[in-house]
Amino acid sequence: MDEFLAQIFQVGFFAALIRIATPLILATIGELYAERSGVLNLGIEGTMLLGAMAGFSVGYFSGSLWLGVAAAMLAGMVMGLIMGLTTVTLGLSQHVSGIGVTLLATGLAFFFYRLIFGQPSVPPSVKPFQPVPLPLLSDIPVIGPVLFNQFALSYLALLLVPLTAFLLYRTPWGLALRTVGENPRAADAGGVNVATMRYQALVISGALMGAAGAFLSMAQFNAFTFGVVSGRGWVCIALVVFGMWSPWKSALGALLFGFIDALQLRLQAGGAFHLPYQVFLMMPFVLTIVAMAMVSRNARAPAALLVPFRKEER
Amino acid sequence: MIRLRLERRETAPAWLKLALAVGAILLTLLICSGLILLAGAPVFEAYGRLFLTPFSSRFDTVETAVKAAPLILTGLAVAVAFRAKFWNIGAEGQLLAGAMAAAFIGGRASLPDAALEPLMILSGAAAGAAWALLPAFLRTRYKVDDVVTTLLLNFVMFYGMTALLDGPWKDPLSGYPDSPDIRIEAEFPVLLRATRLHLGIVIALAAALVVWFVMNRTVLGFSIKAVGENPRAAAYAGIPIARVILTTAAISGALAGLAGVGEVGGVHFQVMAGLSPGYGYTGIVIAMLAALSPLGVVPAAVFFAVVITGAEGMSRATGVPVYLADVIQGVALICMLAALLFTHYRIRAVGRPAAPAIGAAPAPHRRVAEG
Repeated sequence: MDEFLAQIFQVGFFAALIRIATPLILATIGELYAERSGVLNLGIEGTMLLGAMAGFSVGYFSGSLWLGVAAAMLAGMVMGLIMGLTTVTLGLSQHVSGIGVTLLATGLAFFFYRLIFGQPSVPPSVKPFQPVPLPLLSDIPVIGPVLFNQFALSYLALLLVPLTAFLLYRTPWGLALRTVGENPRAADAGGVNVATMRYQALVISGALMGAAGAFLSMAQFNAFTFGVVSGRGWVCIALVVFGMWSPWKSALGALLFGFIDALQLRLQAGGAFHLPYQVFLMMPFVLTIVAMAMVSRNARAPAALLVPFRKEER
Repeated sequence: MIRLRLERRETAPAWLKLALAVGAILLTLLICSGLILLAGAPVFEAYGRLFLTPFSSRFDTVETAVKAAPLILTGLAVAVAFRAKFWNIGAEGQLLAGAMAAAFIGGRASLPDAALEPLMILSGAAAGAAWALLPAFLRTRYKVDDVVTTLLLNFVMFYGMTALLDGPWKDPLSGYPDSPDIRIEAEFPVLLRATRLHLGIVIALAAALVVWFVMNRTVLGFSIKAVGENPRAAAYAGIPIARVILTTAAISGALAGLAGVGEVGGVHFQVMAGLSPGYGYTGIVIAMLAALSPLGVVPAAVFFAVVITGAEGMSRATGVPVYLADVIQGVALICMLAALLFTHYRIRAVGRPAAPAIGAAPAPHRRVAEG
């Protein structure tokens, strides 16, 4: 048994964990901005997929992966704006709007991928992002190769967590955003434009979801496939709840999910227990539901989440 | 000065909802014509193919009706659930649950012939209901958000199903991860000779009538609507909220399960990974387009069956990617949701805004929604 465990928990395992957690951290923090402002962004799954497609296409034709990331973020921002139009300007149901945005973004991703690439027998691929070892730091034993020999986007994702915590809790903008999510009436009385804040949060959330998609199609994998996101977006929604709407705890949840996912990949590759591989694919989803069941009773969402704000109505 | 203002209204007439649905579809087609132009195809020809292919031959028309059956059922499943604001996005997984139960029963050699079909229908409905009760229970007991759990359970069900198909339930005679075929006696009767039009469409239409009756003529239907519209008031009125949500979930899941039963009993005769091309998700669009009305679900489902069937013909003739059908679904959902605003508000032209009483809040003006 010890040998079995030693085989699993190698340096490579923890490096993989961070790699798997990267898109989840990006998208979860993105969702966090939206929910902290009072809007549940269920467009996440589709926005990630559209980001993966847009990023991959631009990266493929321009030869610049970073240009691809920018395109993915731009596509995500557009989806955020649509979400803002429906939930903020029109005050429509956030649940249904989000599902609508996901269906729309998914359809657009499929449509444009087929339009651009046709139906090639060999799917096009890019030379993906390579890990960037940080000088000196990557030489530290154990920690070095795990933390400091990662993709540039992984570093950015990890840095995004303290940055978000700082923005939310230490700046006037963050205070305004949180107030809009907790008590929009008070924010409005204090001179904060509720609609503008929510639009900003949704555009940021879309950009981060798009970047998460770009990471999937250009770093974690080297091509766009229709199933490249396959439920990761929905897991991020759960991670925000699991993380009690805190950037630190949500990111920790993403790392925990990365741990479970990396573990199932190892078990799958090791042919453990002679189970069909789909059982391992299922595992993270089951555990996410169990985790939700454990924390949801005590979870306290932003008070104005799901509530449209109409200035004139009281 | 003439000004427009929006006033709240309590009820909306049925003709208005129909007009709104038609308007939403027209707006959707207008928006999506941009994509057709991007694909370098003439808009009218593409839409012509999209909407006429399904009626161009007997075969295509029947295939459209065959697709409409599961769509009516998933549309009903979502319409019932959303009425109680039980956000069941899990019709896809519940459909698969029903399909698996039906395929399992339909393959039993030990069952008498006559019992096969009734048992398939019952077990499929029960399996769908059970799979929907799980997230409903998690919501009523542990306050777990139902959107997230129903979505995640779709993946759990899909991977669970494919694991079985790759393992113990794999058809030994097939090279693919498929379940063994159901017995010939378990296959649903065909309504139109030499076509695939099967019992499923009858089940779907009957279900629409039953759901209409339950929602509009029974205490249960009243309770479901009350819980959805104002849970606090419903609780004061003595309606057991948790029980109503669980019942709603069971009905919703059973309807989605029946969609799966029809696909197994009348179309595929087995379970495989590609059993549902997203019928559960399309059900959400259908339910909204029908403004959650059970009878409205039928034409809405037929509309999307036409779009899905026609997209193939459109793609073959004009080169516009078949995924235009998916974009249409997303855009239609958003447009209809926006259009439904008009069922809550009416636009009034007013001569002059009434002068507000001293000390009162300014008159509640709302700009007419742009676009």
